[in-house]
Order: sequence, then C-alpha cells, then structure tokens
Amino acid sequence: MGCDSIVLLGVNHKTTPLAVREKLALSGGYEEPLAKLRQLKGLQEYYLLSTCNRVEILFTCQDPRQMRREVLDLLFAGQVSREEVADCIYMHENEDAVHHLFMVASSLDSMIVGEAQILGQLKEAFQHASEQKTSGLILNKLLHKSFSVAKRVRTETRIGASAVSISYAAVELGRKIFGELKGKRVMLVGAGEMAELAAEHLVGQGIKKVVVANRTLERAMKLAKRFNGTAVGLDELVEPLLNVDIIISSTGAADLILFKKDVASIMRGRRNQPLFFIDIAVPRDLDPKINELDNVYLYDIDDLNNVVEINREQRDKEAIKARRIVEEETLKFGHWLDSMEVTPTIVELRAAAESICRTELAKTLPRLNGLDPKEKKSIEKMASSIVGKMLHHPMLYLKSDHPCSNREDRISTVRSLFQLDESNSSENND
Amino acid sequence: MSYLLFQISFLAYFLATAAYIVFFITQKKHVRRIARTIFFTAAILHTANIFARYVEAGHTPITSIHETISFFAWSISWCYLSFRWRYTVKNFGTFASIMVLGLMLISSLASREIMPLPPTMQSWLLPVHASIAIVADAFLALAAIGGGMYLLQERELKQKRFGYFFSRLPSLEALDKLNQHCISIGFPLMTLGMFTGYIWAKQIWGGRDWHWDPKIIWSMVTWFLYAGLMHQRFTLGWRGRRAALMTIIAFGAVLLTLWFQLKGVHNYGV
Repeated sequence: MGCDSIVLLGVNHKTTPLAVREKLALSGGYEEPLAKLRQLKGLQEYYLLSTCNRVEILFTCQDPRQMRREVLDLLFAGQVSREEVADCIYMHENEDAVHHLFMVASSLDSMIVGEAQILGQLKEAFQHASEQKTSGLILNKLLHKSFSVAKRVRTETRIGASAVSISYAAVELGRKIFGELKGKRVMLVGAGEMAELAAEHLVGQGIKKVVVANRTLERAMKLAKRFNGTAVGLDELVEPLLNVDIIISSTGAADLILFKKDVASIMRGRRNQPLFFIDIAVPRDLDPKINELDNVYLYDIDDLNNVVEINREQRDKEAIKARRIVEEETLKFGHWLDSMEVTPTIVELRAAAESICRTELAKTLPRLNGLDPKEKKSIEKMASSIVGKMLHHPMLYLKSDHPCSNREDRISTVRSLFQLDESNSSENND
Repeated sequence: MSYLLFQISFLAYFLATAAYIVFFITQKKHVRRIARTIFFTAAILHTANIFARYVEAGHTPITSIHETISFFAWSISWCYLSFRWRYTVKNFGTFASIMVLGLMLISSLASREIMPLPPTMQSWLLPVHASIAIVADAFLALAAIGGGMYLLQERELKQKRFGYFFSRLPSLEALDKLNQHCISIGFPLMTLGMFTGYIWAKQIWGGRDWHWDPKIIWSMVTWFLYAGLMHQRFTLGWRGRRAALMTIIAFGAVLLTLWFQLKGVHNYGV
C-alpha cells in the first residue's frame, strides 16, 4: 500500500510577473475555490493560500502528475492559458513541499525577507481550510508545524528584528528616537492604504492613540473608528501636533501641506518633546526644512528605503541561520511522516481485534442469564482490556525506531502474523 | 601594598575596557557579561586600593594629583555601577570604562609620593568636602558621556546616513533621560560640595578677606552653567541636542576647575 504524496503547486513573485499573478490571484476569497476543489476525488486533503505575492495550493494525493493537471485546470481555466501557467508554476513534492512551506511561513521566500505579515496570511488561509474541513491529519500537522517553525525562526534569529519594509523602518527609527513606542500617539494625515498599513503596524507596537486627519472627514472617521481614535479635518492640522508624537503623512495633495514655521510654532508648547514625521506621499506633503528643527525628525519615502537597504546585508546573514532551522525542521517532519506509514496498520490491527472482541461478546453475553447491567459492563471491560494488553507489544514493535530492523519488514511481519491483508481481502470479496 | 592594588585594578580596568570594546564591535551578549564582571572586580580592587592608601597615609587620600584623579575614576566606576543597577543604557559601559581607564592612566603617571598634610588641611571637612565634590563631578562626567553619545546618535538620525554607531547606540530618549538623572543627582551634590568648601574656608580664614583665586571663580562659573541648564530644562523643557551640548561644555568647566584645584589651590594656609 502506497502512502499519499504531499504536493505543493504555486506561483510567486520570483517566477511570475505581476500581470499574470493578478489574474491567478484568488480575489474572491477562499470559500469558492475550496468548494470547487471538492469535485476532485483524487485530492485527499488540500488548502489554498493567496496573497499579493503568491498563490499556492498544497494537497495530498496518490497521483501527483494527474492531480497537478486537474487542479490547474479547475482553478485557473479561463484566466490564463495552460502553457502560460505551465511556464511559471512550480511544483514541489513531499520533503521539498514541506521545505517550501516552511520557507514561506518563516518569511524567507517573501519579497521582503523577514516581514511578519505572511504568517498571518498563512494562518488565515489555514483557518478557511480547516473550517471547510478540507485539511486533515497530515495538513493540520504540517501547517501547525509551519507556524511553530516560523516562530522559532523569529525568536532564534534576528531576521524579523531588522527593518524590513517601510512601516518596519518607521518603527525602527521611532524606537531610536523614543526608546519605546508604547504609549506614544500617532497622527495619520491622509487616510490612504499605506498609512493604514503603517498605523496598523504601529498600533501593534503599543501605540496609545491614533488621530486621523483627512480631506473628507467621513473617511477619517471611518479609519479612526477602526483604531479607536479621533478624526480631524485637514485644515486644522497644526493644533493636533501638540498632542501627538509620530505623524504619518500620505495625502494626494499636489503641494506641501505643512511648513517649518508651523512646526516651529508648536515646539514650545510641546516643551520640546520630540516629533517624528514620516512622509510617504509622492509628491511630498511635508516641507523638507522641518528636519532642521531641534528635536524634530523628518523622513520621506526615499530616506526610509535607505534604512531598508542598510539592513539588507545584516538580514542576509540572519537568513542563513534561519535556513538552517528550516532544514532541521523539514528533517524532523520527515521523520514524523515516516512514522505515519505504520499508522494504517495500527488502526487495522486495533479494528480487527475489536471486531473479534465484539463478536465473541455477542456470542457469550446472551447465554449468561441473570446478569445485571453492571456485571455485563464488567465483562465487556475485561474483554477489551485483554485485547488491549495482547496488542500492546505488537504496537510497540511497530512504532519502535530501531535502525537494525527495517520498518517495512516490521509492518509486513505484523500484517501477516495477524492476517490483516487476508481478512481485508476476504471482506472486500464479500 | 596600596600601589600593588592600584596596579592590579588598573590592569583589571584595562581588561574590562578591552572586553567592552569587543562587545561594542561584536555585540555578543556573553562578552558583555564578561566585561561587566571584570569591571565590577576592578571597582572592588580599586576600593581596596583607596582604603589601603588611607591606612598608609593616615588621612583620606584625596590630596595629591595621583590620589584625586584615582578617586575621581573610582567615583565614576561606582556611579556607573549604581546606575547599571537601576536601569541599563545600551553600550554606556563601553564609553564609561574608556573614561575610567583614561583617568587611571593619568593618575598612574602622576607622582605617587605620600605628602604629609599641612595643619590647616587636617580637618574632618577634608573627606567630606573633597569626596562630595568629586562624586558630584563623577555624575557630571557620566552626564557628559551620555551627552556625547546623544550628539553622535542625533547626527546619524538627522543626516539619515546610518553608520557604525546607529545600531550600537541607545535611543535618544534613553540618553536624554540619563542626562537628566545624572545632572539632577550631580548638581545638588556639587552645591553641597561647594557649601562644605565655604564652611571650611570660613574656618581657615576666619574673618580675613576671600581669596578670589581661579579655582573658586571657575567653580562658581561651573555651578551657574549647571544651574542654568537645570532651570531651562524644568521651565522651558530644554532637552535633546541643546541640553547635551550644554552638558558637555559645562563638564569642560568642571575639568578646568579640577585642574586649577590640582595645581595647588589647596595650599590655602601655606
């Protein structure tokens, strides 16, 4: 009896241009494609992951080649031609698939190595799969393992500690200025997606208060509500500066919206508490001269990119360490998979024994008259415990990890000793 | 005996500084642990050295150049250690240990002869006045080191070119707090030191005129510099670069005062 293979199919930012990735991305959520995959009888367990940089499907099946074709046709038919998909798709099997998943989870395969978002996306994707019950024993174990590998990489290497993207760079700089971000207050000027993302990241670092300033107050209020903050109009920008520490500006304004003299006027009122401006708008929102003021730090998008660049070298060093962890964990998971080979035999053995036990009880119990339910129960218990004790050693023998005896030999010994295959086939013949 | 202890503690400081520098470069945590242990040992040995010298000389060893500077280094070590115990400032130890080592070097170059005390100096005020003043100076020295670190880090942040120091120096906030703490301990101590000095001078000179020598003038200047700094910080919220710069300038005045003092201003009665 052959074991299922673990197969991973996917496209990512390395193999596929954005134009194609856009078409492949599962923009409609996970429910529909997961339900669609149910039609494929060859799939045992499966789950889907779709982010802006990758689309991946992981499944277990008996015949990888066959399933690859079926899955691709089902998911991507109509969007992209078969040839085009074949050009950019990668396929990993078994150990390679496990390795790839661990690399993805620990953010070593990301566009920005070390970013933490991917783990959240992975968890979300898995949640959908497990809600729809499309993942089973193997994938559950594999996905959970990938989360713990990611965690291990994060704690044992500094890969996540260095600045990895713009919002990370902002947090890193903020730490150098403020020590820690806990209890600091942030103002978003312009309620764009970038600002939202950065704010989300900052709030994760323990930011206390969020103020949102936007041209349309409605949008500001909406975003403010998300962070339990307050909203102000764009025309009253200077006043709130008294009570915030970090300002992220990202409006679509064509001209500067805040000048050096505006900031200078409030520094006294702030008792010179430091102010950190982050200008991620293109064209810029904030007067570059603001940086000349004492205790005021202004970074625009280019400056932040420099921070990311500087950290790359250090990050590469950490990535080597992280890869070693992934390799180690892949090996460990391989051992677990191997031990799975004996599981069907164990299950069958137990089932066979239990069925004998049940049959004998059914024969014997009606013949004994005058038994009260309690006594009946004791007899049942005794029978099943005799079976259990008898099977204890064969089970240990199956599970034991001894280098001298081959696992397959052990499995076949047990199977022939207890005539598992014969009883199966005779059952099937019935 | 005391000289042997001095040499051993000097050597220990040297090793501690070397270890701290290695830590600064490599950022390996176990190196820092080694550095801390050696530094702590050095400070204990140094304490033993000062005590031995006290026994040998028969008076508090804060009179000659060698003794004063050695005592100054000792105070910085213990002030630093007392801070370490309260809270950590990243890589502060490296800078503090370099300063201590430098002072020990100067001290070792000065004459180690034990001078008999002139009668006017034989007063209970000698240990009180001198030690308070020097401990105050030690806190101000730490403030100045923190100020220097602040200026380095602030420059990196302002110019946005992140060099060698950026990741190795603590946050601006931590350095500014350090500055404030050190000065709010150092300044009252300095005031107390000056007050005891005033009482002592009164005892020696009695009703005679004040000697307006450079040492006294400079200590007044120093005092006003720190008083101004404290005032600005508490009323206007002066902080950051300006406060750091001012701390360093004021510490220059402290060193100048110390220099005048060592040049023999303590020959009041002679």
